[in-house]
Amino acid sequence: MSIVQSYRMRLRRKHAKARSLRKGLSLRPIADRTSQIAPGDILLFSTLRNEHVRLPYFLDYYRNMGVDHFLIVDNDSTDGSGDYLIEQPDVSLWHTAASYKRSRFGVDWLNRLQSKYGHDHWTLVVDPDELFIYPFCDTRPIGALTDWLDGSNVRSFGAMLLDMYPKGRLDAVPYRRGQDPIEIASWFDPGNYLIKKNRQFGNLWIQGGPRARVFFPDEPEKAPALNKIPLVKWNRRYAYISSTHMLLPRGLNLVYDEWGGETASGVLLHAKFLDTFTQKAKEEMDRKQHYRASLEYKAYLENMAERPELWCKWSEKYINWRQLEILGLMSKGNWA
Amino acid sequence: MSVGIVMLVHTALGRAEEVARHWSAAGCPLVIHTDVSVPSKTYRAFQKSLADLPDVRFSKRHRCEWGTWGLVAASQSAAELMLADFPKVRHVYLASGSCLPLRPVQELVDYLAARPHTDFIESATTADVPWTIGGLDAERFTLHFPFSWRKHRYLFDRYVALQRKLRMKRHIPGGIVPHMGSQWWCLTRQTLSAILSDPERASYDRYFSKVWIPDESYFQTLARQYSRQIESRSLTLSKFDYQGKPHIFYDDHLQLLRRSDCFVARKIWPQANRLYAAFLTDAASAMKRTEPNPAKIDRIFSKAVERRTRGRPGLYMQSRFPVETRENGLTSAKYSVFQGFSALFENFEAWLTGATGARVHGHLFAPERAEFSEGATVINGALSDSAALRDYNPHAFLANLIWNTRGERQCFQFSPRDNQKINWDIAKDPNAQISVISGAWAMPLFQSNANFLDIRSEAARLQQIESKHLLTLRSSWTKARVRIWTMAEFIEAPMEPLQTIIDEIGPSQPQRGLSEVPKMADLTGFGQFLQNLKNQGMHPYLMGNFPVVHDLHEAPTSARKPYLVR
Repeated sequence: MSIVQSYRMRLRRKHAKARSLRKGLSLRPIADRTSQIAPGDILLFSTLRNEHVRLPYFLDYYRNMGVDHFLIVDNDSTDGSGDYLIEQPDVSLWHTAASYKRSRFGVDWLNRLQSKYGHDHWTLVVDPDELFIYPFCDTRPIGALTDWLDGSNVRSFGAMLLDMYPKGRLDAVPYRRGQDPIEIASWFDPGNYLIKKNRQFGNLWIQGGPRARVFFPDEPEKAPALNKIPLVKWNRRYAYISSTHMLLPRGLNLVYDEWGGETASGVLLHAKFLDTFTQKAKEEMDRKQHYRASLEYKAYLENMAERPELWCKWSEKYINWRQLEILGLMSKGNWA
Repeated sequence: MSVGIVMLVHTALGRAEEVARHWSAAGCPLVIHTDVSVPSKTYRAFQKSLADLPDVRFSKRHRCEWGTWGLVAASQSAAELMLADFPKVRHVYLASGSCLPLRPVQELVDYLAARPHTDFIESATTADVPWTIGGLDAERFTLHFPFSWRKHRYLFDRYVALQRKLRMKRHIPGGIVPHMGSQWWCLTRQTLSAILSDPERASYDRYFSKVWIPDESYFQTLARQYSRQIESRSLTLSKFDYQGKPHIFYDDHLQLLRRSDCFVARKIWPQANRLYAAFLTDAASAMKRTEPNPAKIDRIFSKAVERRTRGRPGLYMQSRFPVETRENGLTSAKYSVFQGFSALFENFEAWLTGATGARVHGHLFAPERAEFSEGATVINGALSDSAALRDYNPHAFLANLIWNTRGERQCFQFSPRDNQKINWDIAKDPNAQISVISGAWAMPLFQSNANFLDIRSEAARLQQIESKHLLTLRSSWTKARVRIWTMAEFIEAPMEPLQTIIDEIGPSQPQRGLSEVPKMADLTGFGQFLQNLKNQGMHPYLMGNFPVVHDLHEAPTSARKPYLVR
């Protein structure tokens, strides 16, 4: 990479940092328990809006995994999400009524919080409908993974977004508070993912899955990106550029091997397609606060009416991480 | 007690204390070396926590950075203290704070007591071992290494390159032959004291302090000078990955470690509570007495290294995306591409399925949709037949198809009508078996009911495309198994080439010849059709020479007796 290019990247990163400072001004601390954070703690960052029903399971899932503290931005929820989170002993909560879209879909807010509280910690950035899966997650806490990554001098860990969906109509089975969403949305597309390399940022750009198959079969370029790098040993110089799809400096995006081998990687089970989805899609269409003017939601609604089902004969039912490993959706790399 | 433990400690002091208590409870004297980087307050607390134990000493502290002399210096001073303070010790066992005894200590004591003159130290000459990091084997003994590999990689590499260029070579002190091996050893008092009190020791130390990773070569080399009997293996189970970093054991390795039958394992994740609870118990939980045999664990860890370095051939995923030429297989299994066969034979796909048992698709790259077998719209892996999705990334489509159907041979049809963007990918793929009947694309035109002017322009277009494709297939970059016949050539004797192709695919059941023959389309008038094209100024040449009037090909399938090859 030329000096000019690398300088341009630097400017881009500085710009993202400056932006996060400015956008971060709208964040109002509601419950600041950050004094509990000890050196070496694993921190989870999340932005949410009206996700009350998902929160109990979400928090417990990550507590069991070994996350020590949650730092959450509540984007003006009206369903009591905020009140629920205030009471959680390991959650620090900020509130903002500012535009989700103009904070680049929450990235600016979280960049701000991460540079303030995440420095020198392993940080996990996930949405409330994303469940992180990594090799051996059924027997080893996340601290085993981060210790191993530290020992291997690896700073970032990739986990592809895997869209999960139920068999039958999306709205057939209602989701209950505290329930494992994968009990309902337990199916996924095992082998139809398309990968390209983003030469500018060095990350892989992954599309495919049920959304490409059902919603965008004729305009695949519009299908959502599935590549994510949610787990990073954070440094205050770092910045997410577009959701958790890519970061700067660019070296953090090299979570894959280019010489034929496999590095270790995980999966984010994306439990978006529950009965709550149709409701959410309508709401978000009105707010128009999502990516590309809620293009995705629009495609969903249009397709939802004629075909409310993502399941097909070749869908695979989720069992555990080993199954995903065998299918080639994630890898143990050299972790054994 | 005849076994003394030298323990090198740098982190997780709490676990080190637990292990020290375990050794001590079995009556083994201990000398503990603590890294200088441990804060003195923590160090004092650590010393205090072990104050109640008899026969525990703390040796002079050194800085122990990976791959540096400090580790050897630490082992030296600790071993000296051990030999001086505990005269009854016969074997000295070098362990670390993250080592875990897998078998009752008494078994180790008995084992060593039965072999009073044996030194257990892995020691091999550089020429004979594959485990080298950074491409340095013999050179680690002949170059200088003043820069840290971990912290100053750039300077390290530059300086190595410079020394190679200048052909600098260090002098190896007289009489020693460099050996290397695992840094965890168990030496007898005789050998160890001979090494430590060697009159030449100062010069050896000077030499080895500039060798790269001396902790893997100092004792390993010098033990060869004095030992009466060397058993070249380590009693410590320690697995290294491809970067020279030790593999770590977790709770879920418990059964594996139980089966390992080694005396000590490293390294253990400090939070592996189940492992510590299971192995740091008294002799009551003793396991069966057997010769140490780490081979059982070998497989799992060498597989992990292979996964990291070679990966799964033909798999493209979020953490494996090889650059061109480093794919180690563009696809994961063999497959066959047939061009022109389904145009020339009426029931080719059904026949091929019967003859081979393979999965036979139509034109996967057809402009309308991917024609999966049996008219499916979605197949294995939830791969869609959408042409737009396929053409968005044709290579990923093919790689996915072959990966998703691992274990089942795939065959598909191809023609100049189809998306040609995939041509190079298939041609370069050693897994591909490509059979082409050139010019057969004219058959559908010949049979069609279109206006002749349209036929003429379509024929010109297809001929151009196929001729370009044939150039690709004949290029020197092509690695696929390619067979090309002109149409005229092929219909002269169709069974022989078919037999060859089928044999290569490997039929579902061993057959002697083909029992059934695919039905060739009616070629009556085809010569005239080609002549008409010629008369219009379009010269079809890819199908070879067809006479205008040709008795031979009048109803070829009914006229020719179906025969068996061989």
